[in-house]
Amino acid sequence: MIELQNRVKSLLADKEIDLFIGYGQGTRLPRPLLAGTAEEASGLVFDGACTGNLAVYLTRKEVAGSKKVGIAASYFALRSIVQLLAEHQLREERLRVFALAPGGTLKELAGLAEVERHLAETPVPSLQVEDDWVKEIDAMPPKERWGYWLGELSKCFKCYACRAACPMCYCTKCIVEVNRPQWVQPWAAAASNMEWQINRVMHLAGRCSDCGACGAACPLGLPVHILSHKMVEIVAQRFGTPEGGNALSTFKPDDKENFIG
Amino acid sequence: MDNEFEPKLLAFVCNWCTYAGADLTGTSRIKYASNVKIVRFPCTGRIDFMLVLKAFANGADGVIVSGCHPNDCHYTSGNFHARRRWMLFRELLDFMGIDVRRIRFSWVSAAEGAKWADVVNSTVAAIRELGPYTDYQKAASYLAGNEDVLLNEKEVTL
Ligand code: SF4
Ligand code: SF4
Repeated sequence: MIELQNRVKSLLADKEIDLFIGYGQGTRLPRPLLAGTAEEASGLVFDGACTGNLAVYLTRKEVAGSKKVGIAASYFALRSIVQLLAEHQLREERLRVFALAPGGTLKELAGLAEVERHLAETPVPSLQVEDDWVKEIDAMPPKERWGYWLGELSKCFKCYACRAACPMCYCTKCIVEVNRPQWVQPWAAAASNMEWQINRVMHLAGRCSDCGACGAACPLGLPVHILSHKMVEIVAQRFGTPEGGNALSTFKPDDKENFIG
Repeated sequence: MDNEFEPKLLAFVCNWCTYAGADLTGTSRIKYASNVKIVRFPCTGRIDFMLVLKAFANGADGVIVSGCHPNDCHYTSGNFHARRRWMLFRELLDFMGIDVRRIRFSWVSAAEGAKWADVVNSTVAAIRELGPYTDYQKAASYLAGNEDVLLNEKEVTL
């Protein structure tokens, strides 16, 4: 921790970065800490408990904007960074990435190539809970699945925290704000809430890092990250590892399906 | 009662193949079920998946989505993109318990007038079996049928 604090302080002093996006002590879990001064950098922590996906701040104009930034990146945040770079939302030369090697040693990753190498070498954090959850829903008869999601999603009050928490939801005008004509109904009601989630998950297909931040952010605890997780699974099954995190803006002439007749 | 049920179907088709194919069905004087309303799009790539959901929300019991066969797209690759989208969309809907048997995906070329009649007829027959899609309609018109519940909810006792 001291190591990271000192490193950030010197980067700030040398004007190598304008801002560091990291974690500070929280009440229960570490929380985001944006450090722009040495004093602020003294509050930085970085350990295995730091799992929140901070990559979400990288594209926020009011946070990072055109600044040179450093970031403490969890495993899934690294995935998001790779995807954001592929989508030309970040400048590699303005970004300093710090990650934890297995065992907890601090690693500075220079550029995309090193981030990718680190991801390849690091074991994927377990998503057993999510896997089991998806299996459980898959095993239900369709009527029951409908009842399950209708029950969950009719509670949604369209606060869009799931969107705000997602690093890949960086559009300045979201589909739910399209109102000429009104595309997704803005009020909170069962079917339009479902439509909102279907839109969200479809628009994230092949781009989602599987970090689960959407579900963690939902104030009602709705399992919307399970929809995202399912989509990650579908994309992998259908299209393999998408090149450049790209599933829907590309195609293969021999894509296989069994339902178009 | 069920015998009297006439399914309402909406078909989203592309201009260059299926619409022309459906036109051929007519000019060939092939009779087919009149339960379908056809909406024409420039390309299958333009058929937003939200349209399918909107169709169900607004009372359609079934939806047909159809365009040019692979390699025949007027814009070269619109149908390839559409196919990928449908693959993911269909599985996501199924995971959420939305009745994917009510969405018929098809390739119908401009020369396949008879196939279009067959697609419509078989879809109408399948939807007739399934009955009206009241589950989705009820979720979409969340006030209908819930008046009693709402009345109770509005009552504030101090
Ligand atoms: S959709 Fe959810 S799980 Fe996927 S990247 Fe966004 S926040 Fe993370
Ligand atoms: S965070 Fe939860 S309540 Fe808010 S819009 Fe998303 S699903 Fe709905």
